[in-house]
Amino acid sequence: MSQSADAATAQSIVIAAECLTKRFGKQEVVSSIDFSVLQGQCFGLLGPNGAGKTTTIKMILGQSPISYGSLQVFGRPMPENARWARKRIGVVPQNDNLDPDFTVVENLRVYGSYFGLRRGELDDRIEQLLTFFNLSDRANARVEQLSGGMKRRLIIARALINDPELIVLDEPTTGLDPQVRHMIWARLRELKQSGKTLLLTTHYMEEAERLCDTLVIIDYGQILANGSPAELIRRYVEPEVLELRGPSGDLQLALAVQPQADGGPACRFETIGDTVYCYTDDTQTLARLFPDMPGVSRLQRPANLEDVFLTITGRDLRE
Amino acid sequence: MDIGLPRIGPRSLIIWRRNILVWRKLITPSLLINFGEPFLYLLGLGFGLGFFIGEMAGLPYLTFLASGIVASSAMNTASFEGMYSVYTRMVPQRTYESMLATPVDVDDIIAGEMLWCATKSTISGTAILAVASMLGAVLSWSALLVIPIVFVIGLCFAGPAIVMSAFSKSYDFFNYYFTLVVTPMFILCGVFYPTTSLPPALQPMVNILPLTHAVDLVRPLVSGQPPTAVGLHLAVLIGYAAIAYYLAVVLVRRRLIL
Repeated sequence: MSQSADAATAQSIVIAAECLTKRFGKQEVVSSIDFSVLQGQCFGLLGPNGAGKTTTIKMILGQSPISYGSLQVFGRPMPENARWARKRIGVVPQNDNLDPDFTVVENLRVYGSYFGLRRGELDDRIEQLLTFFNLSDRANARVEQLSGGMKRRLIIARALINDPELIVLDEPTTGLDPQVRHMIWARLRELKQSGKTLLLTTHYMEEAERLCDTLVIIDYGQILANGSPAELIRRYVEPEVLELRGPSGDLQLALAVQPQADGGPACRFETIGDTVYCYTDDTQTLARLFPDMPGVSRLQRPANLEDVFLTITGRDLRE
Repeated sequence: MDIGLPRIGPRSLIIWRRNILVWRKLITPSLLINFGEPFLYLLGLGFGLGFFIGEMAGLPYLTFLASGIVASSAMNTASFEGMYSVYTRMVPQRTYESMLATPVDVDDIIAGEMLWCATKSTISGTAILAVASMLGAVLSWSALLVIPIVFVIGLCFAGPAIVMSAFSKSYDFFNYYFTLVVTPMFILCGVFYPTTSLPPALQPMVNILPLTHAVDLVRPLVSGQPPTAVGLHLAVLIGYAAIAYYLAVVLVRRRLIL
């Protein structure tokens, strides 16, 4: 009984990393990280620039040798099985690497040929993908004629050409307008519902919160936290946030009120630039304790993943 | 660094096919250049200079020159393609990056690119042969054998050019290779005059350069003389191709598989 349960779990692990480490010379970019991605899940890899996200992805694809530790994809060790694994993976790279020598349809056709797919089986699939991503009327456009949002949609469509079980998305919506971003999110959710496994890196916390079932926050190559977005919010920050924004003199006056000492709710303050963030259980009561000041604007909101991210990775600027 | 021996698989043909598809889009200007340039050379040098030279090494100068130009243009075509086009796909266009996300790997990409460079050399060599035969410079049907030979010549020069691409940080770097390697071979390796007329001190150096062997293979076939030392010449060309292929694979892996 337990044996068959074990087998079921083993089968449903798509990516398993143990002590996964990557060094460039003396610099360790990924330091002994452990994580596993389950089938049908959207797994988020979050971190500031330079945290080690893209390097981790490259190791998963066999595009970067592993310095230490083990990495299994679809149950087989990498990078020996990279070519075999890549047949079952769709990749959305961070940078636009569409083939500028070809049109939209040709891009999909040629990319399909890299998987050994033949023209006959490709044509139906290409038509479906163009419809799915609202690109049908641009089928014969050259890549350079496409807008940024269309290029991005085409790159995601291209990643699906081999009907992959695992889709790896490296910052899929960076630099896109809200319309395109929401459309892509909707498509990614549909893909997840159809049973695909998604591995997503992003530094848009809203994106991670909307899409990811589980995520890890990494920084300086190490995993600092993992869990579902809701779990992480519960674990690392108070449920609500009151933001006070205004000139620093006014803010100091407001803070001088000391709401906690006056029997108000427990509260943690953080001042960044022109804003004071008050993390608490009860912003309603807290807000009433502050005097109304014309120069200070207020915002009450639930805590979100961005609060968690900044709490964990700090507020220092990254290159 | 991954210095494992490369394996050439059928996927190299997919990369080759990709390049054919791109070439097909620009077929008219490409062919115009392929026919136009040798036409100018043969007309200008073959007739103009040939008028004063008459015969060279027992051949009409037009025949002598045409056979040299077939070999040197195979070198030029493969070198150009292996540097500018390969570099464009490897660095600014990130085409290889997109290929490496699929079951294709570096071994396939480099093999496919070399096959494509050689194909382009063959197209240009064939065009020159056609022009030369229209001008009456081709003296024997054995010239048809030049077509597969030109493919091998293309492979031979494609490899070193891709090695340069793998090293290069920008297009400017290729000027060195053209100035220091391609142009000296064009001038020294028997395209315009027999290498035997060079000073004896230069002969050993000229004899290790691949273009010399390429010219020695092509010229007798165009003029209908019995070719000599075919095995040696082919071995040199294939040797350059094989060693350069291996180096190119290792260097491109180092550049792309970090």
